[in-house]
Amino acid sequence: MSRSIDQDLSRFKNIIRGQVRDNLKKYITHSEMLGRKGRETVSIPVPNLNVPHFRHGNKGSGGVGQGEGDVGQPIGKSPQEGDGQGQAGNEPGSHIREVELSLEELADLIGEALELPHIVPKGDDTIRSVKDRYTSIRQTGPDSLRHFRRTYKRALRRQISSNDYNPLNPVVIPMREDERFRSWKSIPEPHANAAIIYMMDVSGSMTDDQKSIVRTEAFWIDVWIKKHYQGVERRYIVHDAVAHEVDEETFYSTRESGGTRISSAYHAMKAIIDRDFPPNDWNIYGFQFSDGDNWGEDNQDCLSLLLDNLLPVCNLFCYGQVDSPYGSGDYIRELKKINDDWEHLILSEIESRDAIYDSIKEFLGTGK
Amino acid sequence: MSTLFQRTLPENLREQQQEIEGYARDYGLDFFETIFEVLDYEELHMVAAYGGFPIRYPHWRFGAEYDELMKGFSYGLQRIYEMVINTDPCYAYLLEANSMTDQKLVMAHVYGHCDFFKNNPWFSHTNRRMLDQMANHASRVNRYISRYGYEAVEEFIDACLSIEDLIDLHAPHIRRADNSGLVQTNTFQEEANPASAPSLQPTRFASKNYMDPYINPPEVLQAEADRKAKDAQSKEDRRSFPESPQRDVLLFLLQHAPLKDWQHDVLSIIRDEAYYFAPQGQTKIMNEGWASYWHSTMMTRNILKDADLIEYADHHSGTMATSPQRLNPYKLGIELFRDIEERWNKGQFGAEYDECQDTYTKERWDKQLGLGREKIFDVRRIYNDITFIDSFLTPEFCAKHRMFSFAYNDEESTYEIASREFEMIKQQLLNNLTNHGRPFIFVTDGNYHNRGELYLTHQYAGIELKQDEARDTLTNLCKLWGRPVNIETVIDDAPAVISFDGKQHEVKTKSS
Repeated sequence: MSRSIDQDLSRFKNIIRGQVRDNLKKYITHSEMLGRKGRETVSIPVPNLNVPHFRHGNKGSGGVGQGEGDVGQPIGKSPQEGDGQGQAGNEPGSHIREVELSLEELADLIGEALELPHIVPKGDDTIRSVKDRYTSIRQTGPDSLRHFRRTYKRALRRQISSNDYNPLNPVVIPMREDERFRSWKSIPEPHANAAIIYMMDVSGSMTDDQKSIVRTEAFWIDVWIKKHYQGVERRYIVHDAVAHEVDEETFYSTRESGGTRISSAYHAMKAIIDRDFPPNDWNIYGFQFSDGDNWGEDNQDCLSLLLDNLLPVCNLFCYGQVDSPYGSGDYIRELKKINDDWEHLILSEIESRDAIYDSIKEFLGTGK
Repeated sequence: MSTLFQRTLPENLREQQQEIEGYARDYGLDFFETIFEVLDYEELHMVAAYGGFPIRYPHWRFGAEYDELMKGFSYGLQRIYEMVINTDPCYAYLLEANSMTDQKLVMAHVYGHCDFFKNNPWFSHTNRRMLDQMANHASRVNRYISRYGYEAVEEFIDACLSIEDLIDLHAPHIRRADNSGLVQTNTFQEEANPASAPSLQPTRFASKNYMDPYINPPEVLQAEADRKAKDAQSKEDRRSFPESPQRDVLLFLLQHAPLKDWQHDVLSIIRDEAYYFAPQGQTKIMNEGWASYWHSTMMTRNILKDADLIEYADHHSGTMATSPQRLNPYKLGIELFRDIEERWNKGQFGAEYDECQDTYTKERWDKQLGLGREKIFDVRRIYNDITFIDSFLTPEFCAKHRMFSFAYNDEESTYEIASREFEMIKQQLLNNLTNHGRPFIFVTDGNYHNRGELYLTHQYAGIELKQDEARDTLTNLCKLWGRPVNIETVIDDAPAVISFDGKQHEVKTKSS
């Protein structure tokens, strides 16, 4: 039975969704959401939707409670809302409601808000699953699959040709060899898979602030790419002068000092691709974040690695340069030299938290 | 109308129901026929979100409520065992997942509520066919939705809900000359006529012919007629109305706001429902206390089997839990009823007891009157929460239950225990209960500045309005009134008027 409350519930959820969409820019740039991420859902704090009323303010309000305590002892910021228990100072307005949105819904929302084109997976799809379709005919099979019409047609043909058939008494009796059975063909269903490889510079010049920007961006990139692929694999590489493949947790918490050699990360990325993600089967996404303070002599190596090994196999290679108080930020200039030849090399400068919004738009605005 | 769910009670529950109903009658509870239905948790939460009814008009706030209840339930934070509606017959919904012990407790509890609904005077004016009425409201609103669009109707309902509590809680109980149809909307049309305008004819008392010049002296009649004419003239000159501040803002809007027919009807639906639900707020402590008193009495004396004991004790005490920040109406209510019963059993009332100064004697005061049971039945027949607390809260009771009053400390932005003095506690509690602890707001002028603006007055009683919310409310009110709206209140200890002219808010300190 469809219940009338479902209509109200979905209306309510739509209103919430509208609120989230209206405030999405705020949500996108704030990292607090990341902590609220569950396996399938994200809970987003939205200001409680309340019908406004004339109500008493806090000042001068009070109530009656029960329990121990001396006069003057604080008992809380706001009294809990009693059911109609008329406590002045009830603050329904300050009550924050958490709304759970599935990652899918969230992706739709940012897609809408950032006007992102949908990703078109590149041609060579991995074959992930096989589906049976009953489209052919065999001479043997179980009774349950017997093709009734074909069987009787064959029996009729045989009887006519052997002159067994009497039109006045049209009895058709199939024999063993008349029987035909439905049969299946296994049809491979293509599924596009994606691999996202994140690289981050953890040299001393990257501060926690910058890392948190990277983390926020990576979250949204994840959400958006996941929406378009059945299976998404993520790999994380941190590097200073040498690169390591790490897990997600370490990725965001590692703090190292030392020089920066971006080519080390590219080597690591190449190794991962060679080992795990044959480019023919995978849609590969590379996201690199750095303050752009590369060791001068290394730039040439980086470019050649990019040009020869990485760019040709990636759907998208994004370089996000976060503004660091220490970094010189030269690296992006190097990349700009080759930017014209490779349209799926995306460069973005992220000066501050507020720039996250635009930078995500730049990264994902290509539809690749 | 039968109910939405039409589920017959399982055999074992029906037996229990009959047994419990028998006990309830033996104790003298007097209730309408009570029909129990068993609902699964989704249905029960839906009914709860709808304020106890299976059908309501569509509105997102029910969805929001449902969402919250379902989350609370699935995270194990809260649980609704039962819902009962004030109708005749009384419908009560049980949660399917309740254990047998819970079902027994809940049924006993429900009979307490049903008795209260039927006998407490504050419910005497409620529509006992509200189930039908709600369904009727739903179909009317649905009709407007299909005709004028969901968004238009929703926006209007939102605006109406913003002021739904601006009603006159006592109006249903007062018989006024022009009271016809104060609550029922169907008779409302009569009242919309200017019949409520006072007659200009002087009052004539009935008299025999020969006595007439003495009972109705012509010169007095003339003077009265002149005075009335003069009043009418001066009122005409001021062009302001209503005559005296009107508490029922919704009624005022129904009579004077430029509403379309469907809007008029929606507003009257909101008002009807607000009046229907009002007594439940006015008697929360008594109603829950009364029901708890009876479930506790029946369970412990009659129903409880050995195997039920632990679970019953656990759930009963869970319901009675107290907290510093919130007064539990169940707990306060049941304890007060028990206290009254004990006092009247022992004769601890009346002038003699009150005047006794000796604590020792007072504590041991027992005249063996045994009037307790009778007294609490009387109490439930006469009182509401305010008069209940006013009459029966005693210093001994406050001390015994560790009650205190708390107040907001503006500097610390936190609530602090303010006092353990009986007078303070009682005063605070009564303040919180009066008008549900909400501000008193009247319509004082429907033609403010002679520009058709609406002028409301907040009767300031020491607590200021929450300003941001007041502004939003004005915005919504303006949608109904169609002209600028104002509210006179107090801001930072100085009289002020908040206005909204349809575009922006303005706060003026009143220089008077």
